[in-house]
Amino acid sequence: MTTDTAAEHGQAAPDSPNQRRPIIEVDHLGIRFEQVTALEDVTVDLYPGEVTCVLGHNGAGKSVFIKALCGVHQPSSGHVKLDGDPVSLDSPRRARALGIFAVHQDLALVPLLSLWRNFFLGAEPVHGWGIFRQFDAGYARATLAAEMAKLDMEIGDPDRAARTLSGGERQAVAIARALYHGARVLVLDEPTTALGVQQAATVLRLIRRTAERGTAIVLVSPRLEHTYPIGDRFLIFRRGHLAEDLRKDQVTRDQLSEMLAGGTERDQIEAALLEESPDDVIDDL
Amino acid sequence: MADRSIALWGFLQRQNERAMQRPEIGSVTAAALLFIFFSIASRGAMVEGSTLARIFDTAWPYGIMAVAVGLLMIGGEYDLSAGVMVATAGTALGIMATEWGINIWLAALLSLLICLALGAWNGIMVVRTGLASFIITLGTFFGLRGANVALSKYFTGDALIERLDEAPGFDSLHAVLATAFGTPPEDFRVSLFWWAGFTVIASWLLWRTKIGNWIFAAGGDPTAARANGVPVSAIKISLFMLTATAAWFVGVSNAVRYTSVQAGQGVGDEFFFIIAAVVGGCRMAGGYGSIVGPSIGALIWGIAFIGIPQAGWDLGWRWAFLGVLLLVATLINHFVGERAPSEHGDY
Repeated sequence: MTTDTAAEHGQAAPDSPNQRRPIIEVDHLGIRFEQVTALEDVTVDLYPGEVTCVLGHNGAGKSVFIKALCGVHQPSSGHVKLDGDPVSLDSPRRARALGIFAVHQDLALVPLLSLWRNFFLGAEPVHGWGIFRQFDAGYARATLAAEMAKLDMEIGDPDRAARTLSGGERQAVAIARALYHGARVLVLDEPTTALGVQQAATVLRLIRRTAERGTAIVLVSPRLEHTYPIGDRFLIFRRGHLAEDLRKDQVTRDQLSEMLAGGTERDQIEAALLEESPDDVIDDL
Repeated sequence: MADRSIALWGFLQRQNERAMQRPEIGSVTAAALLFIFFSIASRGAMVEGSTLARIFDTAWPYGIMAVAVGLLMIGGEYDLSAGVMVATAGTALGIMATEWGINIWLAALLSLLICLALGAWNGIMVVRTGLASFIITLGTFFGLRGANVALSKYFTGDALIERLDEAPGFDSLHAVLATAFGTPPEDFRVSLFWWAGFTVIASWLLWRTKIGNWIFAAGGDPTAARANGVPVSAIKISLFMLTATAAWFVGVSNAVRYTSVQAGQGVGDEFFFIIAAVVGGCRMAGGYGSIVGPSIGALIWGIAFIGIPQAGWDLGWRWAFLGVLLLVATLINHFVGERAPSEHGDY
């Protein structure tokens, strides 16, 4: 299955030469918490330059899946390969060191801290020697401006507190920061959920551009109208399984929408059954 | 010519805007206005050398403590045990140097270890339990308040420990911590230089090092800070230990200067430290503030403490002044912050 997907994809997007080789191969990944199986037998490849959209309902396993990529959850079975070699993603820090960065909705920036301080938080550039070593503020300010310019973003005074940014600008700074610190795989958790139309469009354009520069993007968002226009591939999770893995030329937005709605119906039936005779159903589970 | 003056005007406005956004702007203004006010109210007695000496002499212990408490507050925590810990440091020094005859330098070192342990206790308890530092350090406050007096009485038979000057090594320690410059009543203590030095070092640490960046982040948004790899718990524990170290320095300095220690002292001082930090622009909830500000906050207390009797007012007004100062400073900080939301002015 792995090789199939890779070959198919090479044909589908000949404009990106790197796409033949996946950056991440997820191989029969399973994750269990105590008795509960959260993720089972997930096999999927992620390619540089592609936006992979992760879809599914709450509890379907998409959040466990991305957390496993970022080193938050450890696999109970199967493994993850990076550039063809199996890697152990045992902490978010380790994942980051390997180039896998998560940008969270709220956790991205410290509101009261200035932009340049935020940009280097936890990885401050220093100059000077011995006990006189200090945070290189000039370098930090200049780098922030340069990195934002690379993304065609204008954020103004680097001394502004992060909380004065709009939601879209905040996401942009967080993405620029991850790229600057070496992100090859960027996991974006609902980056547009709290945003208005204009700002969501800005962020989506930015994500698309970032992918075109060779970063593998994993995008989680419940809003198909946001993800479909910029997505290359769509993974649908259902009850801990990877139910669908479709390229954009294989599926329309309406079809995707239907597939997701189908899930809802099933969930509703299940919920109804549970209500009717909870004991029986729980025994079955 | 016109272009030039427009450019200059713009430059001045920008500088003024920057200055208005600094967290310590309120305290610097208040200190200057108060000093002028009391100079007039006391008919010039405020600017005499002896009065200045007394203002600084009142302010320095609060200044050194406010620097540490300010850093701790920016890091998102309080320490209500900081006041009585000054007495703990002095009492421990006194017992060891007088009753046990230990060299006073060694006694000072052991006293430091006790304070560091107490600071670590505060910090570890706050980090591990997740309880408010207000509660944890309130517990430490009562514990130390009782233990200081009880242990002093147990070892020396009295809550007042005297004759520290008879301890071996006293003269050299006195020279380092309590030398006076000038002739009384115009005598200034070396403590002023220590205070200034600590202010400069702490300010540099906060604004210019990565540790400072971590302190801001740990206080402003610990979850986001952790997500970015900042060792939030280690930062907080270190800040409690730093506050304890400041308490040790002040306690030992006072002990060698007066050659005696009152084991029951320091109760209530913790609020002065917090007031100085807040007046100096430190945000109550953490994540924002300065170090020069709290130092100036302590100086304001010195100006009022000495200025009120100089103006011929009842000493009771000192406390009323403190209450008004706290409210006014917080309100000014709040509204300046609302107007200029940036790194340099955000509440």
